[in-house]
Amino acid sequence: MDGEIELRVDGRRRRLRVDTRTTLLDALRDGIGANAPKKGCDHGQCGACTVLLDGRRAITCLTFAVAHDGTEVTTAEGLADGERLHPVQEAFLERDALQCGFCTPGQVCSAIGVLDEAAAGHPSVVTEDLTGPVELTDDEIRERMSGNLCRCGAYVAIVDAVRDGAR
Amino acid sequence: MPFDYRRAPDPEGAVAAATGWPGVAFLAGGTNLVDHMKLGLAAPDVLVDISRLPLDTVAELPDGGLRIGATVRNADLAAHPVVRRDYPVLARALLSGASGQIRNLATTGGNLLQRTRCVYFQDLTTPCNKREPGTGCSAIGGYTRHHAILGASAHCVATHPSDMAVAMAALDAQVAVLGPAGRRVVPLVELHRLPGEEPHRDTVLSPSDLITSVDLPPLPPGTRSQYRKVRDRASFAFALVSVAAVLRVEDGVVRDARIALGGVAHKPWRARRAEDVLLGSPADEEVFRRAIDAELAGAAPLEGNGFKVPLTRNLAVSALRELSREER
Repeated sequence: MDGEIELRVDGRRRRLRVDTRTTLLDALRDGIGANAPKKGCDHGQCGACTVLLDGRRAITCLTFAVAHDGTEVTTAEGLADGERLHPVQEAFLERDALQCGFCTPGQVCSAIGVLDEAAAGHPSVVTEDLTGPVELTDDEIRERMSGNLCRCGAYVAIVDAVRDGAR
Repeated sequence: MPFDYRRAPDPEGAVAAATGWPGVAFLAGGTNLVDHMKLGLAAPDVLVDISRLPLDTVAELPDGGLRIGATVRNADLAAHPVVRRDYPVLARALLSGASGQIRNLATTGGNLLQRTRCVYFQDLTTPCNKREPGTGCSAIGGYTRHHAILGASAHCVATHPSDMAVAMAALDAQVAVLGPAGRRVVPLVELHRLPGEEPHRDTVLSPSDLITSVDLPPLPPGTRSQYRKVRDRASFAFALVSVAAVLRVEDGVVRDARIALGGVAHKPWRARRAEDVLLGSPADEEVFRRAIDAELAGAAPLEGNGFKVPLTRNLAVSALRELSREER
């Protein structure tokens, strides 16, 4: 069974016809050619497919495209303002927070989600005072970024980059 | 195989669309169901998408409690100011589950109905009574690090994976269900089943029963709550053992104690025997130990998970000690 959907992907309106069992990740990559989100594990365990859905970080491998009709999707490719990279992308470059780069688009989108959530005062499980403001310590960053794996092990530099991005 | 995807206009429409289809499944966040469809564990022929139903709000009830809509995202529930202030056990349980980008998708109802992470259940090449009734249990005599020590049967030793449900069990949550015959309320502690001879049935719900909301009763002033979880890595892992504890101490005496254990049984395990020992007793370490030992007297560990007995004891005592200290 097919379904007709419309997504706004990185600022461009895209209409497409999908089998209703197509994941959002496959629709982005194979249907639209938006290849920034990566298919790592395809089971919600690695975070390489993370994008922003209506501004919130989300994995795309365990959700069907048809359920996201009308959604604003921002992939890592859509973060830059023209030639100017997003500050989090700049921080990843500055801190050398990658080696092979496969997980990086997901890491960057996730990091932006982390910064927004912390700014909104949302606690994490390592936040001592659930009702107070959030200070993005390295422990906080590590906990909040735990949904993004990096097989190259660039974690130390990723924590640095997210910390820089918070400034 | 024919496959049908439908979007329901309202909760009644969702139930009507699901009624009469044995192969139906409600789709909300999808983080467990879609994975199971990929793995071949689930092959629904009708998906009823409930993700856009107006069940996505958290409302304060006149009695001081909270009504949580079934499609409220786990992240939104954990961030809700009233949950953070009045139900820290629930906020911490939610925040200790999955990852940030999964909690933004996963819903309240879906979290309750997620299925076991038993490795044999998820592996189509091994017998499993939960997946294929009557084929046997591969975990018994197998790798049982993550399996049950309480309430298991000769047919299944799987554990329920949710953190959120453990906190809700300790909070005496009530689950509102809309089914073909109308509305009913199921206490959360009665929603999930013990495996018995029918481990393929996780809950008392039928496929066309839709969870619409979960109510949390108010906690009396002075009540403290805490969620503690032990896992194999520091983050983004299911519990080996977890403890949700709700405690009210007055003048050094326990006046209210509600404890639920996670990672130890086929359902969130409400520790009634421990609560009986605690109620009316002095809030001291000796009592805490005696209470949890009374609960664990019924434990039947398997070859690979005997560690869960002392781990549960230490975790529960530690949680109670912390809560009783806060009180002073």
